[in-house]
Amino acid sequence: MFWSSILLALRAIRRNLLRSFLTILGIVIGVSAVITMVTLGNGATRAVADQISSLGSNLIMVRPGKRLGPGRDEAGSPNFKARDAEAITTQIGSLNAIAPVASKSVTVVYAARNWSTTVTGSTNAYFTAGNWRLADGRVFTGTEQRAGKAVCVIGATVRKELFGGQPPLGDELRIKNFACEVIGLLQSKGQSAMGMDQDDIIVIPLRTLQRRLTGTQDVNTLMVSVQDGGDTSRIMADLRLLMRERRKIGANEDDNFSILDTRQIAEAMTGTTKVLTMLLGAVAAVSLLVGGIGIMNIMLVSVTERTREIGIRLAIGALEREVLLQFLVEAVALSALGGIVGIILAMLASLGLAKVMQVPYIFDPSINLLSFVFSAAIGVVFGYFPARRAARLDPIEALRHE
Amino acid sequence: MNAASVRAAPETGALIELRDVTKTYGQGPATFLALRGVNLRIGAGEFVAIMGPSGSGKSTAMNILGCLDNPTSGAYLFRGMHVENLTRNQRALLRRYYLGFVFQGFNLLARTTALENVELPLVYRGEPRAARHAKARTALDAVGLRQWEHHTPAELSGGQQQRVAIARAIVTDPTILLADEPTGNLDSQRSHEIMDLLAALNGDRGITVLMVTHEPGMARYAKRIIRFVDGQVDSDHHNGENA
Ligand SMILES: Nc1ncnc2c1ncn2[C@@H]1O[C@H](COP(=O)(O)OP(=O)(O)O)[C@@H](O)[C@H]1O
Ligand SMILES: [Mg+2]
Repeated sequence: MFWSSILLALRAIRRNLLRSFLTILGIVIGVSAVITMVTLGNGATRAVADQISSLGSNLIMVRPGKRLGPGRDEAGSPNFKARDAEAITTQIGSLNAIAPVASKSVTVVYAARNWSTTVTGSTNAYFTAGNWRLADGRVFTGTEQRAGKAVCVIGATVRKELFGGQPPLGDELRIKNFACEVIGLLQSKGQSAMGMDQDDIIVIPLRTLQRRLTGTQDVNTLMVSVQDGGDTSRIMADLRLLMRERRKIGANEDDNFSILDTRQIAEAMTGTTKVLTMLLGAVAAVSLLVGGIGIMNIMLVSVTERTREIGIRLAIGALEREVLLQFLVEAVALSALGGIVGIILAMLASLGLAKVMQVPYIFDPSINLLSFVFSAAIGVVFGYFPARRAARLDPIEALRHE
Repeated sequence: MNAASVRAAPETGALIELRDVTKTYGQGPATFLALRGVNLRIGAGEFVAIMGPSGSGKSTAMNILGCLDNPTSGAYLFRGMHVENLTRNQRALLRRYYLGFVFQGFNLLARTTALENVELPLVYRGEPRAARHAKARTALDAVGLRQWEHHTPAELSGGQQQRVAIARAIVTDPTILLADEPTGNLDSQRSHEIMDLLAALNGDRGITVLMVTHEPGMARYAKRIIRFVDGQVDSDHHNGENA
C-alpha cells in the first residue's frame, strides 16, 4: 500500500508539472530568503566580534565625556594629559601597557602622491595595547619618544597608497609641513566589517604629534591593557577612583569621563548587528509565509479537479487512507524538494553575498533545519488538509463535484 | 474486514438482491424519497437494462447496487451476504474486488495516459508492475484501443474515452459491470459500438452487466429490461416480451 501510494503520488506530480513547479517555487523562495538573511546576519555579527577582538583582549579605554559614542557630552570634560598615563603606570598594578593616544586627520604626501588619513600620536605601549605586530622595521626608541622626533610607523594601506610596491623603510613622507622618516611597517589587520580600514594608520610619537600637529598637551584617550589574569573590573574601579581624584571631582558630582572595556564595546556593537539579523530574518520569514499562502492558493484552486480525481479513485475501490497517503506523499515530496533546492540556493547566495559584503560565511545548521521543517509543514498542511476533506466525501458526491 | 473475508462471501441463489430498499435524500421538510421500496433479483450472467423517466431513481438504485451508497432502509444481498450496513472501507473493498463502473461522463483521470488509467484499479489491488501492464494491455485490446495506450483523454474522442473507461472497469475481471447511461454523451454510431462491446463482454466472458439507459435502441441489447417509475419498479420483463 505504501509503495503504490508513492507510485501514484509521483505520477500525480508528473501529471501536474506546472502546479508542482509553482508549489516548489513558493517554498524555494521563502526558504532561501530566510536562510540567506540569517546567515549573512550571523556573518556580520561575527565580523564585528572579530574586529573588536583584534583590538586586543583585556583592553580598557578611558575617554573624556560621560558617554561613548554619538551624543557624548564633552562640555566640562577636559582632555587627559600624558601625566595621567604616567600616574596610572605608577599607581595601578597588573597592567601590560598604558598608552596615551591623541590623533589628527591630515593629508600625507610622498613624492607626487598624497593620502588623507589619521595620524595617531602615542608611545610604544600603543602597539602592545592595540595588538599590533611589526611586519618590518622597528618601533620608537626612548629618545625618539622623549624628544618628539619626526619618525613614523605606518599601516599596510598607507604603505600601499603612498609607496605602491616600493620599500618604504628609511624614506621620508611629508605630514602637513614636516618630513617624517618611516621606521616601521605594521602587519595588516584587514578590512573591518564596519567599513573601517584598520590598516589606514600612521603612528608617530605623542610628543611629535602634540608639538607639530595639535599644538596642545591634550590626550584624547588612555588605552589600558590588562595583564592576562588581571581583575578587569577591580582595575576599572581603581581607574575610576584615580581619575576622579586627578580631575578633582567632588563627592556628589558625576564622572566627566568614561571607562569601557573591550567586552562592553563588543556587546554594544554585536548587539546592534544581532538586532539587525533578527529584523532581516523576520522580513524573510514573512516571505516564507507568503510562499506558504501561494501554495495554499494553488492547492485550493486545484481542489475541484482533485475532488473529482478522488471520487474516481474511491469509486474504483481505493480506501480513504490510501488516497490520503498518496496526497501526503505528494505534498511532502514537493515541499521537501522545494526545501532542499531552497537550502542549496541559499548556500550559493550567502557565499556570494558574504564575499561582496566582506563578512565571513558561517553555515548555521539550525536555521537550515528550521526552514526545512517549516516548509515541509506548510506543504503537508496545505497539501493534505484540502485532500482530507475531499477524501471524506461520498464517492458519488466527489464525482459530482464541479 | 479484509479482502479475504469479502471474497469468502457464500454463493447462494441470486447474485444480487434488493429487498424493500428505500432511499431518502435530505432532512426535515426537504426530505425526498428517491426509492420507495424496490425489490429486485439479478442472477449471474444477466444483461439488464434499467429504464425509466428522468428522476425515477435509476441512478440512485445503481449507486446502491454498485456499493457507492447505502440504502436508507431495506436489505441488499450480494451473493447472499448483507452489505447494506457495511462501512465505507468495506464497500470500497467490495468495489475493488467485484465491481466495475462505467459512468456517463467517462471519469478518466486527466493528463493521464490510457494505459495508466486502465491499470489504476490494479495499483490498488497491489499487483506488480509487469502484471499490471500485461492485464491493462489485454483490456485495451478487448476494447480495440491497444495502439492508443499512450494517449491522454484529451487526445481521444468521446467514444474512445468511454472504451478506455470500459477497459478500466473490466481489467480486474469484475463479477458485475455497472454502467449508468454509458452512451448518454455519445452519438448513435459510437453508442452502438459501446453496446456491442458490452454485449460481447456479457456473452463471451459471462460478466453480469447492469446498465441504465433511456434510449430504447440501446436497451434492445439487453436480455432483460426493468422499468422504474417514481422510485419503484414499474415493470420487469425479458427483452422481446410485452410489458
Ligand atoms: N444527492 C441527492 N440529494 C438530493 N436529491 C437527490 C440526490 N440524488 C438524487 N436526488 C433526487 O432523487 C431523485 C432520483 O434521482 P436519480 O436516481 O438520479 O434519477 P434518475 O437517474 O432516474 O434520473 C431525483 O428527483 C433527484 O433529484
Ligand atoms: Mg441518472
